[in-house]
Amino acid sequence: MFPGFFEWIWDGGHMLFMGALWYALSIIGMGMTWCVIKAAIDTQQGKGAHHGDHHGGHH
Amino acid sequence: MDSALIPEGVKRCSFGKFMVFIGIVSLVLLWGVYAMLLCWLKGLNQTNMNDYYGFALWIWADLGVIALGGGAFFSGFLKYLVGKDELKNIINYAVLIGFICYSSALLILAIDIGQPLRGWFIFWHANVHSMLTEVAFCLSCYFGVLCIEYIPLVLENRQLNKVPFFHNLAHNMHEIMAVFAATGAFLSFFHQGSLGGVAGVLFGRPFAVREGVFVWPWTFFLFTWSAAAFGPCFTLTLTKLLEKVTGKKLVKDNVVELLAKISGWMIFTYTIAKIADTLYWAAVTVPGKGQTLMDFYSGNPVYGIWILVLEVIIGGLIPGLILITDKGRKNGFLLTTAIILACIGVSVNRWVMVLQVMAVPVMPFDSWAMYYPSWQEVATTVLPVAYGVILVAISYRYMPIFPQEKELNPVD
Repeated sequence: MFPGFFEWIWDGGHMLFMGALWYALSIIGMGMTWCVIKAAIDTQQGKGAHHGDHHGGHH
Repeated sequence: MDSALIPEGVKRCSFGKFMVFIGIVSLVLLWGVYAMLLCWLKGLNQTNMNDYYGFALWIWADLGVIALGGGAFFSGFLKYLVGKDELKNIINYAVLIGFICYSSALLILAIDIGQPLRGWFIFWHANVHSMLTEVAFCLSCYFGVLCIEYIPLVLENRQLNKVPFFHNLAHNMHEIMAVFAATGAFLSFFHQGSLGGVAGVLFGRPFAVREGVFVWPWTFFLFTWSAAAFGPCFTLTLTKLLEKVTGKKLVKDNVVELLAKISGWMIFTYTIAKIADTLYWAAVTVPGKGQTLMDFYSGNPVYGIWILVLEVIIGGLIPGLILITDKGRKNGFLLTTAIILACIGVSVNRWVMVLQVMAVPVMPFDSWAMYYPSWQEVATTVLPVAYGVILVAISYRYMPIFPQEKELNPVD
């Protein structure tokens, strides 16, 4: 699963499959990390405080 | 009792009535859980799978829910990447259905692999020559995306949203939802396709095998196309069902008609491609393998030519033609009929590509191998349905799933 680990081979199949997997996981991971860190900073700055229950969904 | 949790400005049934409903559905859920435990504790001898049927009812259910749940990725693609902003009024529900479908698919796979404790082997000891490895990767990653799309809905619950951190988190997740939606569309394209590719590369089974481009047989593209085409119809069908159950209008007609129109054109063009694929397969591929078309539709008690007609004409061409016409979309009866037929059509397609493939004899001395699922297989296939009903009920009750509900159903 990781370069250098047991069963890893530097061939096209591994690079394509595992590269695409790690690419997708990186985007998901970095995206969520950004959301959580920014939410923590926003909260510290007092944003979102006293927010009522008028939220209808942003989607 | 739970009124503080219910979104403001909407009406819900009493807590007692809600709990009775959840209790009844939970009985079905428990039946499925019991069968699931039997499969895990006693093994796959609880099923009617055998040497002919390594793929059976579970894999059909798996492919079925993945295709029907395709409404989530395609609606996200249309809203965030194509810019169909009206779909914001139905996308929450599409995400919820997608979340249920994909979590169900993963649950079914966890039962089907027989040794769930070794489920992680597919990642750790990845066979990079297998389309199913790609399916496992994309399915797991896309489920992660669906969780990310579903979490903001949970955080927008009336009470949770009062917590500043949760409010900010939900807001930030919405801000970059286009990135997640694009990632989801990328992942869906490949896993939907690879599920079709698995059938198309079975060169020892003339019923399934197809020509194609490079390593991808035509079924790769047909599966992706069909999931994008038929998935939205499942979203619309469940929207209509929920409207019927709650006795409320939840989404405006223009939103339903827009999604139905896009879905209709996708279904119509898919059906043309499917007919072309079937004709080429029947005229060139099958004779090239030493068989005829009717070898696959005769000499057995179930699979006649009717199943091809049901899949392609009744479940494909007819709903496609209804949904691309303005009159068809505006007529409630025709619209409902079309979206239900579309759901049946894609389900039959997945059945044929999983189970009929296994049934067809491939050797001159072979005969048709028929299969009937055991009650444990049926119960574990019904299990995700009960789970889905419960999750829809809870989500609808406590989360702002339908942004237009308040406007369409003003509370006195």
